[in-house]
Amino acid sequence: MRVLVCVKRVAMVGARIVLTADEKDVDVRQLGFTISPHEECAIEEAVRVVEQRGGVVTVLTLGPPEAADQLRDAASIGANRLVHLVSDGRDWDPIATAGAIVDAIRRHEAADGPYDLILLGNEAADTGDYQVGVRVAHALGRPCVIGVKNLVVGEETVVAKREFRGGDELYELAMPSVVAVKEGINLPRYPSLPGRVRANKMAIAETTLEWRQGPVRLERLRVPSEPRERAEILGTGVDAVAALVDLLEQWGVVA
Amino acid sequence: MSEAQFEPRGCVLCLVECDDDGIIDSSLRALSFARFLGESSNAALVAAMVGTISAPMLATLSSYGVGEGYELVVDGVDAYAPLAWARAIRQLSESLGAQTVVAGGTERGNEVMAYIGATTSRPMVANCLRASWLGATTVGLSRQRWAGSLIEDAVLEGVPALLTVAFDGVTAEPASTTVSTTVREFHFSPSEDDLNVKVTEWIGRGGGVALADARVVVGGGRGVGSAEGFGPLDELAGLLGAAVGVSRAVTSAGWRPHAQQVGQTGTRISPDLYLACGISGATQHLAGCRSAKHVVTINTDPDAPFLSRADYAVVGDVSVIIPALVDAIKARKSGYVGPA
Repeated sequence: MRVLVCVKRVAMVGARIVLTADEKDVDVRQLGFTISPHEECAIEEAVRVVEQRGGVVTVLTLGPPEAADQLRDAASIGANRLVHLVSDGRDWDPIATAGAIVDAIRRHEAADGPYDLILLGNEAADTGDYQVGVRVAHALGRPCVIGVKNLVVGEETVVAKREFRGGDELYELAMPSVVAVKEGINLPRYPSLPGRVRANKMAIAETTLEWRQGPVRLERLRVPSEPRERAEILGTGVDAVAALVDLLEQWGVVA
Repeated sequence: MSEAQFEPRGCVLCLVECDDDGIIDSSLRALSFARFLGESSNAALVAAMVGTISAPMLATLSSYGVGEGYELVVDGVDAYAPLAWARAIRQLSESLGAQTVVAGGTERGNEVMAYIGATTSRPMVANCLRASWLGATTVGLSRQRWAGSLIEDAVLEGVPALLTVAFDGVTAEPASTTVSTTVREFHFSPSEDDLNVKVTEWIGRGGGVALADARVVVGGGRGVGSAEGFGPLDELAGLLGAAVGVSRAVTSAGWRPHAQQVGQTGTRISPDLYLACGISGATQHLAGCRSAKHVVTINTDPDAPFLSRADYAVVGDVSVIIPALVDAIKARKSGYVGPA
């Protein structure tokens, strides 16, 4: 099995996001970075598939030079090959992102044969565009399901499950296919010390790409006003219960 | 599509989803958003759904200001098939000369719109809060980033604009006047490739209130202490007809399934009441419950972040307070008002 996982480096933002002076970006100077959460699960899923079936897990990221850290994190939990599409740090729009990923996939596949499975996160934690997986799949002419929280990889097909209005719906896709997964599909493992050591020695295949303005022009970012400021304390311990029940009655929650 | 084609019959086309109870909440929000957008360019509001528009659904469409409602018939397939739906909507939008296509920010809404974007090489902008036409081919819009912790104001060029609507940032609001809605059929014949992906089976979970739709949610976090600690919360949820929601710490510890996780990477909820028990209030959790109408938190720590995002707080141990709350509610329900 040849599995490709596409991941994005995102900031770990706190309770209140701080913006840069021009209001066009998040001020990340005080922040750490991580792999976007759905994509951590995509890596874990790929590693499990290859542990069972044999094969290679390739992890690809489009991001600034520092995103090499996230590729090494992926390697430390079992990714075998690392691919870095190096950007200048500006966000790429979803069409350009999908295009860059597709170009890379075509290069890899021309050299090494097709990826049986391409995994992405359902949406990046920061921009939340919900579409790169579909665009990649469509450009490659491969079937795709998004929002997947359970995946069973067979010989020639994958069965993907996603939540739908209180139940689950199932999709069966012929491989090669593209699946965008969500947190909950698995619980990602923690890296081992030998995994870390191995990751630090691993080569990263780098290609530098030039940013292009997309069709959506960012004017400014802003932090929304929160609907609540500070809770009114009803009381401490069981003494507060009567006041709480009064509120529940007032709101019609307790008839 | 050239501008000359769209200008004479410019309209906003809104994909509507439904379930056994009628048009779903996300689609009502999308219709409200689409109507506002249409008003910015004097464009008519047109809705399309796959399947039959029932009498109650028709009444809803009329009350939301929909002049025309299309029943999409995708020949040869009953199940949801994203690419076939996308091609059907695209064909309809082209025949109408739609200037905008809108869908709710559901899994299906985002997926179908992403396919329309992919097949037309057009941008698709997800999780919009509001949008208006600034010129013949220019839309000004606001959308959520970071699950609503940040808002992006942007300008989109080109026609048609493909937009999905944030689940928890737009209110479902009927139009000021009800209109008469004409129902029409639109047939689409998919190719074999359009049906490569479709739902092959649906498994109902059965029982309990669905978290995303629940009017009351009882939330539990690390402060609940253990999987067993959820017993009283389950009992309280049963009493209130509520769904149980949990924090990421709880699913990571394996106490509860991920399907119950509230937050950016779990389910985003919009209940009348969120009673959050033993949840500190991490950013990613708060992003999932921002649009709750009332929020009460029960927490041992009066300085926990959740207290700055709640209406009311009780300071104390969940394992003591919830059983007492259950007893008090049972007593009120039985008409017993407590010792004099």
